[in-house]
Amino acid sequence: MTDQAQLLPGTLDLLILRAVSLGPLHGYGILLRIGQISDNALLIEQGALYPGLFRLVRQGLLKASWGTSDNNRRAKFYELTTAGKKRLREETASWNRLASAIAAALAQQPEEA
Amino acid sequence: MKSLDSLRIRIVSFFRPEDLRAEMEEELRSHIAHRADDLERSGLPRSEAERRARIEFGAREKYKEEIHQAAGGNFIGTVFQDLRYSLRVLRKSPGFTFAAVLTLALAIGANAVVFSVMNAFVIRPLDVPHADSLYALQHGNEASGYESYADYVDLRDRNRTFESLLAYNATQLGLDDGRDPSSVWVLEASGNYFDTLGLKPSLGRFFHAADEHGPNSAPYIVLTYDYWHTHFQDDPGVVGRVVRLNKHPFTILGVGPRGYNGTLLFFNPEIFIPIVEHPLIGGEDLNTRSAHWVFELMGHLKPGVTPALAIADLNSIGAQLEKAYPKDERKMTFILARPNLYGDYLGRPVMAFMAALMLLAGLILLAACANLGSLFAARAADRSREVALRLALGSSRKRILRGLFTEAMLISLAGGGLGLAGSVVLLRALTAWKPFPRWPIHIGVNPDANVYAVAVLLALVSGLLFGAVPVRQVLRTNPYEVVKAGSNSRAGRRFTVGDVLLVVQIAICAVLVTSSMVAVRGLARGLHADFGFDIKNILLAETDLGMAGYSEDRVPAMQKRMVEALAALPGVESVGFANGLPMGDDGASSDVFTDNTTDLSPSNAMINATEYSVSPEYFRAAGTTLLAGRAFTWQDDKDAPRVGVVNAEFARKFFGAKSEGAAIGRFYKMKDGTRIQVVGIAEDGKYGSVTEDPRAAMFLPILQSPSRSTQLVVRSTRDPQLLGAAMRGALHELDAGLPVLIESREGPMGVMLFGPRMATISLGVLGLMGAMLSVTGIFGLAAYSVSKRLRELGIRIALGAQRKEVLQAALGRPLKLLALGSGAGLILGILAGRVLAHIVYEATPRDPVVLAGVVVAMMLLGLVATWLPAQRALSVNPLILLREE
Repeated sequence: MTDQAQLLPGTLDLLILRAVSLGPLHGYGILLRIGQISDNALLIEQGALYPGLFRLVRQGLLKASWGTSDNNRRAKFYELTTAGKKRLREETASWNRLASAIAAALAQQPEEA
Repeated sequence: MKSLDSLRIRIVSFFRPEDLRAEMEEELRSHIAHRADDLERSGLPRSEAERRARIEFGAREKYKEEIHQAAGGNFIGTVFQDLRYSLRVLRKSPGFTFAAVLTLALAIGANAVVFSVMNAFVIRPLDVPHADSLYALQHGNEASGYESYADYVDLRDRNRTFESLLAYNATQLGLDDGRDPSSVWVLEASGNYFDTLGLKPSLGRFFHAADEHGPNSAPYIVLTYDYWHTHFQDDPGVVGRVVRLNKHPFTILGVGPRGYNGTLLFFNPEIFIPIVEHPLIGGEDLNTRSAHWVFELMGHLKPGVTPALAIADLNSIGAQLEKAYPKDERKMTFILARPNLYGDYLGRPVMAFMAALMLLAGLILLAACANLGSLFAARAADRSREVALRLALGSSRKRILRGLFTEAMLISLAGGGLGLAGSVVLLRALTAWKPFPRWPIHIGVNPDANVYAVAVLLALVSGLLFGAVPVRQVLRTNPYEVVKAGSNSRAGRRFTVGDVLLVVQIAICAVLVTSSMVAVRGLARGLHADFGFDIKNILLAETDLGMAGYSEDRVPAMQKRMVEALAALPGVESVGFANGLPMGDDGASSDVFTDNTTDLSPSNAMINATEYSVSPEYFRAAGTTLLAGRAFTWQDDKDAPRVGVVNAEFARKFFGAKSEGAAIGRFYKMKDGTRIQVVGIAEDGKYGSVTEDPRAAMFLPILQSPSRSTQLVVRSTRDPQLLGAAMRGALHELDAGLPVLIESREGPMGVMLFGPRMATISLGVLGLMGAMLSVTGIFGLAAYSVSKRLRELGIRIALGAQRKEVLQAALGRPLKLLALGSGAGLILGILAGRVLAHIVYEATPRDPVVLAGVVVAMMLLGLVATWLPAQRALSVNPLILLREE
């Protein structure tokens, strides 16, 4: 567990959008999907997911509907709206820019060394 | 684009928070169940799996709160929570709540009243189309706008900067519509009046420039809507009806727009007639250039014309006229002014007065805020243990502050609402009030949206102001210290912000108390001043024989008959009459010249003297003492040599008379060259206002300078009610068609005394409020300091402290602050009193009565405010106290 990374602020929303972009999921499913696509490298407390979900629904990026899960339980399923898809594209692009910039900066060798 | 879901979740969270909670609950439960399923599959028993799932989920309550916030429902929810909590807290201390709400209601009410008066007089534009380009002409050298009709015509026709220029004059005429004849206030308006202002009749038609064909060519009447409503009961049949004005037939053309009462804010005329009818109703000839009787000219500037350009235009016409008619014209320069308050004549004093009042009202509000701020700070300190406990239990400081602010807002909004309601009642009454029965004066100050907005804004701002006082206190609260050490760890010796606020507030209140006392005392003295005539045992009957159609030659005989009829009434000692009365509202003045002056242009005048035409018996009836010489007789008529009685000031200034009789027999000249011989010297008096410096005045025999409009002065000790009815009856018997107004001697003085009276009343009210605020302020501090130190006081008493020492310990500080504030306020008040001296007669702050009064008043206030806390301090039972704490 100790090698799991803390999430940067604001990145949970991006992960949720990414997870849901592969198909409608309920909350627990999203958590599993994030674990799966990130190779369980990120530490997310389970409850922390829900404020993010409600926020994204309020912002119109996700839509939710009640349905039945594989476990035959009632669950609320989330999927991307058009605005959500657009936001995911934008956020992904800007994250990649940021990540590569930071990676490049950190890769620089100090000249005086 | 937001999905419907987003909308739905907001709606649900707003209107049905319990639905959102249920949905959230179910979702979280479903999550835990799914997790438990997985754990079970990995080999845990179901119950253990569920336990683990719950633990892994984390702090459920915390997340629920966060979800609420994320769903947008939280804000409203917490506001309601805060509201409920604040209401509960406030209900627990009704005394505090009541005092706070009342304080604010008074302060905000005062501000609302003052603001709406200012709004009505200064801010609100005139209710005519395009009021922003409407300007009135005002003389460059004085705040008036009088012109002669001939000058008006020249200005109207020669200017190139106004769309059109209208003129009007106000007068009072007798209107006879076949029923009871009554006097009406008339606006004599130029033919282009309504067209220039862009008004539309609500019935019939207006008169126009095309209706004027020289003097007395347009006998038409336009009624104001209000007069049509009250006197003709909205009868549409009035159009075309012929009524008599001063016995001359006039045709009613139409009715003015609803709510239009002329361009002067205070003055509501009842009918309009064309100004070319002026000679017919007994006025000056239209062509006499020296008679400046037209009240005011005004018009819209042409598009693109600046006021400066218009002034230059008018001044060049003025210069031409001065050159062409050097004998008749004075200096003819102009400035442009707003017509609402007759330019600067009323505008400037009203503006200055309102600004001063607004400032005082603002100070009151500030003092109230300071007051409430310190009360709030005291309460916050009292509640520091509660605050500490809440902080320790995990409440955020933000949330606690929000609670405090919610309380402040509740109080300020309640206070604001109450204050506004009170001020609306007061303003309605003020609007319905007619301060002077003789004059069509209205003070239309009904509140409008501006007023409401300002009141709400003031309430919110003051809530923020006094709510902000305890903020620092809460932010600095260290929960562990407070819980450990108890609330009263520090016995502050140094002056705190609250102390300074209180001193400032008491100083402000002392200023208000001082100035209101100065004003009230001045007014009281003014009423007992020596006016140079009697006020008691005098009844006046005002008539205008012109209204009953008397021609000039029949006037003297009729006036003599009126005097005889009134003198014959039982209980009447003497009867005189005059064309106007000292301290009345219709005084005239003239330039007078030395006997050997030949060039009688204004610049050669020796002095300017107030002028009255009076009957033989006048001095005796009015109670004006003759110091030397004789009064007039009925023989001082047109055929006799011209004579006059002057007052002592006239004799001193004009003749340099050292003794009272020295001026008798000497001559002076009037503007028209008439030589007048002084036959009597009257005592000095007040003529224009109670605060004026001694003025020269002259009295001329009314038979030698006749007037149709007179005040009969009846001296009698009979009951004024009965006498008034008898006088009316006697005059009615002489001529049933003559409108009569019976008044006390103070009646016509009301106009002169109005300003000082209003100033005194306003200051008195503000002073009273200031006093109340000091009481609540000191009370708050004293009560707080007693309750803070109750334990200490108990110990002192237990150790044998005397009552005096206990009181000193408990109340020394508030009283010290009171003394400090009062001292500062008194000094400031004395300085402010100098300003008052200009408004109120003999208002001097260096009056020992005022000084003593202020000191006594502040001491009394201190006593009242500290009475209850002192009682509480003295009744401390050390045993109970020490046992309990």
